[in-house]
Amino acid sequence: MEANTRSTGRLPAAFLTPGSSSFMDFLSAHSPDLLPGNRKLPDGIVEAPHGTTIVATTFPGGVVLAGDRRATMGNMIAQRDIEKVFPADEYSAVGIAGTAGLAVEMVKLFQLELEHFEKVEGAQLSLEGKANRLSTMIRSNLGMAMQGLAVVPLFAGYDLDRERGRIFSYDVTGGRSEEHGYAATGSGSLFARGSMKKLYRDDLTEQQATTLVVQALYDAADDDSATGGPDVARRIYPIVTVITEDGFRRVSDTESSEIARSILERRLEQPDGPRAALL
Amino acid sequence: MSTPFYVSPQQAMADRAEYARKGIARGRSLVVLQYTDGIVFVGENPSRALHKFSEIYDRIGFAAAGKYNEYENLRIGGVRYADLRGYTYDRDDVTARGLANVYAQTLGTIFSSAGEKPYEVELVVAEVGEAPDGDQIYRLPHDGSIVDEHGSVAVGGNAEQISSFLDQRHRDGMSLAEALKLAVQALSRDTNGSEREIPAERLEVAVLDRTRPQQRKFKRIVGRQLSRLLEADDAAVTKTDDPSDDIPEGDSEE
Repeated sequence: MEANTRSTGRLPAAFLTPGSSSFMDFLSAHSPDLLPGNRKLPDGIVEAPHGTTIVATTFPGGVVLAGDRRATMGNMIAQRDIEKVFPADEYSAVGIAGTAGLAVEMVKLFQLELEHFEKVEGAQLSLEGKANRLSTMIRSNLGMAMQGLAVVPLFAGYDLDRERGRIFSYDVTGGRSEEHGYAATGSGSLFARGSMKKLYRDDLTEQQATTLVVQALYDAADDDSATGGPDVARRIYPIVTVITEDGFRRVSDTESSEIARSILERRLEQPDGPRAALL
Repeated sequence: MSTPFYVSPQQAMADRAEYARKGIARGRSLVVLQYTDGIVFVGENPSRALHKFSEIYDRIGFAAAGKYNEYENLRIGGVRYADLRGYTYDRDDVTARGLANVYAQTLGTIFSSAGEKPYEVELVVAEVGEAPDGDQIYRLPHDGSIVDEHGSVAVGGNAEQISSFLDQRHRDGMSLAEALKLAVQALSRDTNGSEREIPAERLEVAVLDRTRPQQRKFKRIVGRQLSRLLEADDAAVTKTDDPSDDIPEGDSEE
């Protein structure tokens, strides 16, 4: 492959052959060895760092996607400041739970897939189209998922046609389902979902939505050892991203530290967090 | 059986070059200029969908004159080259120089191989740097030669005349509106020296804007933003020294 793009000089015939607008299709025809799914793994279990909890919630005008910062390998904390939420393109983002190395590679390929399509076609894929493309990529990873190297993303974006934020969740086989209101994935997702269920309303402001996801991540970290809470000593706070009509925005470290700190302060008085009314 | 006529290699190459040049001359010319915040591409293009300019990669843009299907093919080849290279190594390892070289090799091979007809295209590959000194503009004529340009460049049928017009008037540190107006002025001059009007809706304009916060610096300028830039009078232009193209000058006039 390198020889083709670097030393022979002329663009290889494959580059000039009319074909589909998909970068993955091009890769599988031209250098299939670069596609993550095409790798053969030896039998046995591979130990690799895992990322944990990703949460998302919609609000009128957009969607918020956030993730904690911990990666674990068995009972060890492998990394304290891993990033698991990435922009996919201008109007969507993807958060990943599962085997960190594979997931990050999948995100890189997914970002390129969307960008490549946009450049070749001169138009963006629909949000539905993007979600389906991600589904295909997860499905191609099924072999590795069977060996314990699963990747389970959460995809969120602003649908320019329907003018609202949408969330898609996946299972390891690439099964895709649209979530309404809020969603979570990863080992702490059970607790995060419970937390969001009690806090979510359909008239949240952007500010409330960002606070809601950090509350949910706090609750996930509270009960799941693989999820990291806000690390005040090291100044490591959850990654929070907001996608609206104006596009993708990552909430600044200052802002997310403020949200996390105000939650921490309240939790000092009320460890279980805000209460929903009984009836 | 007929014996083929002898044609000298010089004559054969001259014929091929003549063929390619004629093809290119049928299309309209386009210009690429440096301005203070980046590089602007301006051309006359009645089509909304079939572009002469497009994004190749983060900081790299592409412009082409000549035969659409041929340069479209080269454009997609370039996008594939850039995306594959960025995926294999790193986004920073994709450069205009590298891209211009593969284009030059590709065009050169096609031009000199007897079996293929020469491509009737002339390309510009431009990369916007962190500062104006870092800007790179390469012009690639149909025969695969490669010319490192500075300031301004024109390609297409009427390129020579437009180039000399631009060379006299282009200066460093022009604002976007100034550069755009100069480009339109250059394009509106006919071969016989007379001027004609090019309405805004027939213009295709794109920029590589180094001040864009996004990693991808390529942006099309269309609609209201384009007409505002074209209408901005000189006072408005000097008033705003730093025209971010999201807040075009002359905003208050509407």
